[in-house]
Amino acid sequence: MREAATPCQPINPVEPFLRTERMPHIWCPGCGIGTTVNCFARALVESKISPDKVAVVSGIGCTGRVAGYLHLDSFHTTHGRAIPFATGLKLADPSLTVVVYSGDGDLIAIGGNHFIHAARRNVDIKVICVNNFIYGMTGGQVGPTTPIGALATTAPYGCFERPFNLPFLAESSGAVYVARWTAYHVRFIAHSMMEAFNKTGFCFIEIIAPCPTLYQRRNHLGDGLDTMKYYKQKSVIKNGANTKDVELDFQGEIIVGKFVDIERPALKQTIDRQLQQALGSRYSGVGGP
Amino acid sequence: MKANPKAVLTGTHFIDGDQACCEGALAAGADFAAGYPITPSTEIVERFASRIPTVGGVFLQMEDELASSIAILGATWGGAKAFTVTSGPGFSLMMEHIGYAAMTETPCVFVDVQRGGPSTGLPTLPGQGDMMQARWGSHGDYEIIALCPNSPQECFDLMIDAFNLAEQYRTPVMFMMDECVGHMTEKVIIPPAGEIEILPRRYTALPPEQYRPFRPCSEGIPEMVKAGEGYRIHVTGLTHDEQGYPAMDWQTQQKLVGRLVEKIRRNASKIVRYEERHTKDAEVIVVAYGITSRIGLRAIAMAREEGIRAGLHRPIVVWPFPDDRIRKLAGKVQGFVVVEMNYGQMFYEVERCAAGARTLLVPHGGGTVHEPKEILAAIREAVR
Repeated sequence: MREAATPCQPINPVEPFLRTERMPHIWCPGCGIGTTVNCFARALVESKISPDKVAVVSGIGCTGRVAGYLHLDSFHTTHGRAIPFATGLKLADPSLTVVVYSGDGDLIAIGGNHFIHAARRNVDIKVICVNNFIYGMTGGQVGPTTPIGALATTAPYGCFERPFNLPFLAESSGAVYVARWTAYHVRFIAHSMMEAFNKTGFCFIEIIAPCPTLYQRRNHLGDGLDTMKYYKQKSVIKNGANTKDVELDFQGEIIVGKFVDIERPALKQTIDRQLQQALGSRYSGVGGP
Repeated sequence: MKANPKAVLTGTHFIDGDQACCEGALAAGADFAAGYPITPSTEIVERFASRIPTVGGVFLQMEDELASSIAILGATWGGAKAFTVTSGPGFSLMMEHIGYAAMTETPCVFVDVQRGGPSTGLPTLPGQGDMMQARWGSHGDYEIIALCPNSPQECFDLMIDAFNLAEQYRTPVMFMMDECVGHMTEKVIIPPAGEIEILPRRYTALPPEQYRPFRPCSEGIPEMVKAGEGYRIHVTGLTHDEQGYPAMDWQTQQKLVGRLVEKIRRNASKIVRYEERHTKDAEVIVVAYGITSRIGLRAIAMAREEGIRAGLHRPIVVWPFPDDRIRKLAGKVQGFVVVEMNYGQMFYEVERCAAGARTLLVPHGGGTVHEPKEILAAIREAVR
C-alpha cells in the first residue's frame, strides 16, 4: 500500500486521489485524459466531499481506464454500460456520489441509449465525457462525434456522417447541468466538476481533448501542444448558450461554457414522491430493510 | 440469518410459477430488481414492482436487457441483493454481463423463463433451448450455477437457494424456468420467515490496509466489501490480480480464471442437487428437468404398467451437472432416455457420463410439452 508522506516530502495535492502504484498510465504523450483527471482530483480536493463516498464508474476505452487510476471505489465495467451500472449503484446506496467517467464512443455510440434514458430519468450521476472525436484504444476508428471530413482508419476518405452535438443531446434528453470545455480550460473544468458534485440530478460535462496519436496525427493537426493552441484560439466562452447552437465542425470554432443549470427532481425524489403519494406510510423507501 | 418477516408472505397460496419466483426472491432478501418487459417472464417483475415499495427496495424498468443486467451488478456493489428476469431474446442480450458478473465475482441471480426459440421464436409458449446458453453463453471460460424448478412451489423454494448459492460462491446464478412452470398455477406454501435460512453477503472483517478484494479466502472465494466503506476498491472485467488491478499476463489469467472455474468445480458435489423416483430397481432412467420431468413421470408410470422398470432422474441443479450420479446410475441400468424441449442439449451431458450405456434423446422443438407416449416409445426402445 501507499506510504504516508513525510513532512519533508511535499506531495502533489492530487496524489492521494491517484493509485500511484499503477503509474505510469497507458495514455499517450499529449493526450488530454490525464489533464481532466488532474482537474477531477482538484475538484475533489476543493469540494471537500469525503472521497470514501465517491464512486467512479467507467466503460471501455482510453477514458474508460480513468477508474483504474483513481484511488476511490472504482468500477471498470463493460463497453457502453457504465451508466446503467452507475444507476444501480446510486439507487442501492443513495449516499454515494456516483461519477461516470468515459469516452465519446463508449458513452454515446454503444452506450447512447443508456445516456439518453439516464438523462430522462434524471438519475443523480455526474457524467464526464472526454470527447477526442475518435476510438483511441482500438486504433483510431470513426465515431459518433467525429466531425464531417475528418479522417479515421474506418473513414479513410473522411467521415461522412453528421456527429452528435453532445450538449444538445444531453439537454434535450433531460440533463439538469450541461457544460462543455476543452482540455485547455483546466480551471473551468474543475469548477464545473465541483458544481456538478454539488448538484442533484443528471449532470453532463463534455471535455474536448486531443488524441495526438490517432486523431491529430492522421488529420495532420500537429501534436498536443498545437491542439492546445487551437483550443485557445478557437474556443469562445458562451455561458448560457442555446445548446442547439453549439454544434462542432472540423477544426472550427468551439463554443464552450456552462449551458444548462436547472432544477428538476432527480430519480430518487420522483420515486419517493410517487410512492409516498400512492402508499403513504406503507412506503418503505428505496434502501434495503 | 433468517428472512425478513416484512418480505415473506407466509401462508398457503394458489399462484403461478412467475408469482412464486418473485415471492422467493423477496424472501431471499432481494431488494433490487431491474428488468425489461418480455413474455413469458414479465409477471415476475410486475409483482416485484408492486411488492417491493412496502418491503424496502426498488424496481427499475430499464431501457433494455443490457442495462437491466448491469444495473443489478451496480446495485450489488452498492450493497443490494439483486436480480433480473428475462426470456430467450433478452437472455441473449444479457450474456455480456453474465460474463462480467462471473469475472468480477458479483453475486446476483438471472431468471430466464424459457420460451420457444431461436430468435423471437414462440413468445408465449414453452421451450428448454437455453440450457447450454446458460452454461456457455458468455465468451471466455467460467463455471456457472443453474437451477431448474419444475413447479411453482420450487420456483419459490429454489429462488431462495439461488440467492444463497450466489452469495456463497460469489457468482451469478441462472434460474432456468420454462413458460409452463412460469404460468402453471398450483398450491405454494410459504413458510414463516423464521424458517427461511438466508445467507448474508460474505463481507470482510479486515481493515482496508490489509484487505485484497480478490484474494481467495475459504473455498477459494474472496470476501466482499461494498462501495462507500473506505476500502477504495477497484473492480474490472479485465484480467486482474488480487488487488483487483489489471494484469495482462498469462500467469495472472491462469490464476484468476483457474480459480473462477475451480471454486465451482471443487464444490460441485455440495452444489449438485437432484430428485429421483423409482431408481432403486430401474433398468431404464428417464432424465428430464423442468416441466418435462412431470411428463416423464407419467411415461414412467405407463412403462411400469407394462412391466418395464423405469425411473426418473431430475437434475434440480443443472449446472454443475451431476456427473458422478449419472456415472453411478450408468453402471446399474440398460439405458437412459433424455427428454427435453430442444433437439439435444443436456442429452450430451448424460451421454458423456453414461459410460457406454444406451442413451436416447426424445427431442421436442417447444411450443407444447411432449406426449407421454413419445417418451414411452423411447423407454421401450432403451430396454429392447
